[in-house]
Amino acid sequence: MLTHNQLRQGSRVEIDGLPWIIVGADFVKPGKGQAFTKIRIKNLIDGRVIERTFKSSETVAKADVIDTEMQYLYSDGEFWHFMDPGSCDQVALTSVQVGDALNWLKEQEAYQVTLWKGKAIAVQAPQFVILTISQCEPGVKGDTVSGANKPAVLETGATVKVPLFVNEGERIRVDTRTGEYVERAK
Amino acid sequence: MSGSVAWQPAATWLTLRRRASVLRQIRAFFQQRGVVEVETPLLLSAVAPELHQDPMVCADGYLQGSPETAMKRLLAAGCGDIYQIGRAFRCGEVGRLHNPEFTMLEWYRVGWSLEQLVQEVAALLLTILELPASVGCCGSSGQLTVWRYDEAMRRYAGVDPWQDSLPQLAEACQLPGDQQASPPTGLDRQGVLDWLMVQRVEPAMRAQGGMIFLTAFPATAAAMAEIDPGPPATARRFEVYVNGIELANGYQELRDAEQQRLRLQEINRQRRLAGKASLPIDTAFLQALQAGLPPCAGVALGVDRLLMLAMQAERIQDVMAFPVAAG
Repeated sequence: MLTHNQLRQGSRVEIDGLPWIIVGADFVKPGKGQAFTKIRIKNLIDGRVIERTFKSSETVAKADVIDTEMQYLYSDGEFWHFMDPGSCDQVALTSVQVGDALNWLKEQEAYQVTLWKGKAIAVQAPQFVILTISQCEPGVKGDTVSGANKPAVLETGATVKVPLFVNEGERIRVDTRTGEYVERAK
Repeated sequence: MSGSVAWQPAATWLTLRRRASVLRQIRAFFQQRGVVEVETPLLLSAVAPELHQDPMVCADGYLQGSPETAMKRLLAAGCGDIYQIGRAFRCGEVGRLHNPEFTMLEWYRVGWSLEQLVQEVAALLLTILELPASVGCCGSSGQLTVWRYDEAMRRYAGVDPWQDSLPQLAEACQLPGDQQASPPTGLDRQGVLDWLMVQRVEPAMRAQGGMIFLTAFPATAAAMAEIDPGPPATARRFEVYVNGIELANGYQELRDAEQQRLRLQEINRQRRLAGKASLPIDTAFLQALQAGLPPCAGVALGVDRLLMLAMQAERIQDVMAFPVAAG
């Protein structure tokens, strides 16, 4: 259980039988009155954000949530399958649960899967991934300074903007938080 | 946690110099008005218990949550007008506007009414803060913005704090389609009113801006204030907010020793009901009231929050050299 001083941004809590992450917290107290802890929480399953207030004497349950590294195996179109490389246990997630990570999924690569009470609920890609360009306009030699760019489709299907000198078939490093090209991978 | 910068002060040097000048301004203000600075102990063996405030316990007693009882002993001894700037301690209070150790200014005016004290609080704030004359402070009419507690609750929370039942108050907490919080369960009537104050009235004060005095609190929230018998009975108490931040709390001071003793005992009873320890009551304070507290009005003001407003800081931690680490 978490006391009001432990309800901090980033803590994961269970409220109304669901897992949430705290995105903002404050202690408020009117004059000589009852003290409250006000938190803004984001649902770890569907992403909605709500506000809750607690008496400062109340405790809040910690969510039974762990993040574990898993290998992406394949998708059957309905589910996306991951495997725990240690135990070889497999979990399946829907496209909603996979969320933005969908853009960066490459078979055999490792991703962070969030388990709530042992059930997979979310996937997060590493901050940087290296992916091959499957389709883009031919490169313009020598243009490394103009800042102009062109769209490139990656092997995962995602489209990112790349500089003009980059070619089809090359491997590039992408920042998954911004969806932006970082550099050509060696 | 980034351990690498943990030794450095939280506030800039510019802010800490402003703190020094605000303290100087406060002392000059009272010197000019003939109010004498006093010091009373931070370390106490007995207190004036509060339901929603826990004193810090140490091996030798308690660290003071307020200098109120000691200063009233001085008043009963005939000292006249006094003020004190000192540290106060409150267990577990950490947030954007709270640090468990903070600087409090408290002063008493003998023979004054609450209304006179309200004027003096406004005068002090106007010497330190630059507030636009049009909003909430001595404009051309010289009028202060005063909200009666019940008017503010009616207007911004849609409740009648004197008449509405607990279920009626609870219903007012739910706004249609509201993504915002509903109040925690198990609150009593005053608890729901406190919640509405935080969720509905304080945001309205922030939106209006400027200096707002909130007066005529419910008798159940009288603390150490005299009660105006009404009806409805109200506490002769005020709070002042600037830009929605609560800065100070003042009373027409209760002088009746027996009533004060009953109130403190009742608080201890409620503390036990809430699963908290009852606290040793300061009997020297009660004896002082018995001997005779002169009619007076007094107020306590958070100096750190005043500095926040002066510096337009977002968090109380930004105006302290070394605040307790907040979440």
